[in-house]
Amino acid sequence: MELSGAQILVQSLIDEGVEYIFGYPGGAVLHLYDALYQQEDIKHILVRHEQGATHAADGYARSTGKPGVVLVTSGPGATNAVTGIATAYMDSIPMVIISGQVSLPVIGSDAFQEVDMIGITRPCVKHNYLVKDVTKLAETIKKAFYVATTGRPGPVVIDVPKDITAPHIKVPYKYPKKVSIRSYNPVVTPHKGQIKKAVELLLSAQKPIIYSGGGVVLGEASKELTEFTRALGYPITNTLMGLGAYPATDKQNIGMLGMHGTYEANMAMHESDVIIAIGARFDDRVTGKLDLFCPYAKIIHIDIDPASISKTVRVDIPIVGEVKPVLELMMEMIKESSTKPNKKALELWWQQIAQWQAVDCLQFDRESPLIKPQYVIEQLYDVTKGNAYVTSDVGQHQMWAAQYYPFDKPRRWINSGGLGTMGFGLPAAIGVKLAHPDADVACVTGEASIQMCIQELSTALQYKTPIKIINLNNRYMGMVRQWQEFSYECRYSHSYMDTIPDFVKLAEAYGHVGIRIDKPEEVRAALETAFSMKDRTVFLDIMTDRTENVYPMIEAGKGHHDMKLRVAQGSTTERELA
Amino acid sequence: MRHIISILIENESGALSRVAGLFSARGYNIESLTVAATEDASLSRMTIVTRGSAEIIEQITKQLNKLIDVVRLIDLAESFHIERELMMVKIKAIGDMRAEIRSMAEVFRGKIVDVTPSTYIVEMTGPSEKLDAFIAAIDSNSIIEVVRSGSTGISRGEKGLHV
Repeated sequence: MELSGAQILVQSLIDEGVEYIFGYPGGAVLHLYDALYQQEDIKHILVRHEQGATHAADGYARSTGKPGVVLVTSGPGATNAVTGIATAYMDSIPMVIISGQVSLPVIGSDAFQEVDMIGITRPCVKHNYLVKDVTKLAETIKKAFYVATTGRPGPVVIDVPKDITAPHIKVPYKYPKKVSIRSYNPVVTPHKGQIKKAVELLLSAQKPIIYSGGGVVLGEASKELTEFTRALGYPITNTLMGLGAYPATDKQNIGMLGMHGTYEANMAMHESDVIIAIGARFDDRVTGKLDLFCPYAKIIHIDIDPASISKTVRVDIPIVGEVKPVLELMMEMIKESSTKPNKKALELWWQQIAQWQAVDCLQFDRESPLIKPQYVIEQLYDVTKGNAYVTSDVGQHQMWAAQYYPFDKPRRWINSGGLGTMGFGLPAAIGVKLAHPDADVACVTGEASIQMCIQELSTALQYKTPIKIINLNNRYMGMVRQWQEFSYECRYSHSYMDTIPDFVKLAEAYGHVGIRIDKPEEVRAALETAFSMKDRTVFLDIMTDRTENVYPMIEAGKGHHDMKLRVAQGSTTERELA
Repeated sequence: MRHIISILIENESGALSRVAGLFSARGYNIESLTVAATEDASLSRMTIVTRGSAEIIEQITKQLNKLIDVVRLIDLAESFHIERELMMVKIKAIGDMRAEIRSMAEVFRGKIVDVTPSTYIVEMTGPSEKLDAFIAAIDSNSIIEVVRSGSTGISRGEKGLHV
């Protein structure tokens, strides 16, 4: 079969099993779009801005585990995609981004819409390819998917010069079934000796804690993690990226850890004698000040990426490997071991944890005449029966969603954890809804974040992706305002907008339903109305308490044991509790 | 501590920038970097001299290994190895200085490869410290130009860095 480069690219994606391409046409990809036009296997989702394409593909990838695919043109199309590529890179999300490029002979001449996409994306991709030979195109695409989806996943860019896709140059086509790359061997057989040492340490623990992260979600190891945790009877805490990997409503789960984690999770980390980190990377938002991090603990770390091990925190027993097989091996050894978890010590440990839990760190004022954002999330959880896919933007609302919507399943919580990209939530929700048309999909956002990719409301209408936007509108960039309140003596420098659009009218203008909610007693009914409209995108503009802060909090430069807590109901002053 | 990291990397365009970019993005320092093709045209050999604590060097080697184009890598400083650097020095040489520089070059086993009535060019290879020592031994006012290739190295014994 002889095909043009454009046809090869499209056919390769079909042969790869791609369902959706999120993209935006332009000069350098015209041949590609012409080839797309002439096929029916792949659905193209036309976004309104290339950033939206990357986040939508990302949402699709996070909620399914399959790679997201993006197609953008050269120059501004490519640079607009960079934020979304970096977002995926920081959270290890498999994506393949095809960017158009000017024709090979004019590369380097500052041609119209030329940009060095390989150079620009180099630090924020797992790998990138510039295609210089049409006969290598199919193989390059196969390699890109292979690299993106194996080992520690990540985005891969394929930069395709326009002349490579020219319709009159046809070459034989065959999509490779598999590829191997001599310099890339992503699967590491875990070291049994290390695992054995880890199991011995774990079973000897008096105050153990399981600290699990996004790697468990990416590695599809929720079931194994759950069995492992239950077999040991140890407390577990999840990172922001790991929420849902272990059921949040289970009694062994003591909540998220880190800057806005629960008091009990952070205190348990601080006081623990053995930590097992599973698919987590000791991010600075998790550890707080490194010198103060977990002073009494021996640390076991399971990670697929050797570079994640001992990057910020030195660990005692590193295990390089995929989470799933490592946990399976550990389970076998635990079952066979004559040593059992120390029941007595564990009982004392759980008693100590119960005391920390009694602090009730997630309390908030339930009597307030103003709408409390935490209450909105609780109601969202209730109305969706905890089954929704929840995307979020970045800021206070993101933390409240993470704190007050307990996820019992993996891949339900879709947020930009590493890069912290405002504007992520709405396009990501569109990607999620396309992948899961029958599921409830909510985008928890704020009036600042939502405006960063608001144009995708139009995409949501065109492709009939009825999502529910929960806009926690506090008329502030809340997280910035909170830091300014705590650290800059309330000098609210540019953390509010003097003009905010009428989101109800805006939603209506985009062809959706807009509802404004001003009173706490209206919240529940509005959420019920929104989720009962199965075929409409609904924008709930919820006027929340402007002054609400995210608690508890580890302030910059402090350790896990030094959290700022809310004092009492109704008060926004705080005390230190050490 | 000083380390010499030797890398076999796919001979693709942009491979050098991936390595150089990694160092700058993560704030690692490069003392010198040399790169050239090997006997296998599909591979380049890169030698990087860097300094850092054991933790930093561990991260550098892990991050380099993570680059898809890096095929193999060793830290030469971890075992017996031979290190060489090429240097050419253009030196003012007038009157008595001419004999002095000639004998100095001989002591350091350098060669004079270019002669004018007022200058010499001395070519010298050796470990970087030897080249440093030669520079230190010459009157700095008489040095017109110094060109150094950066260090390259190879491990001693039977083992080799290859695919």
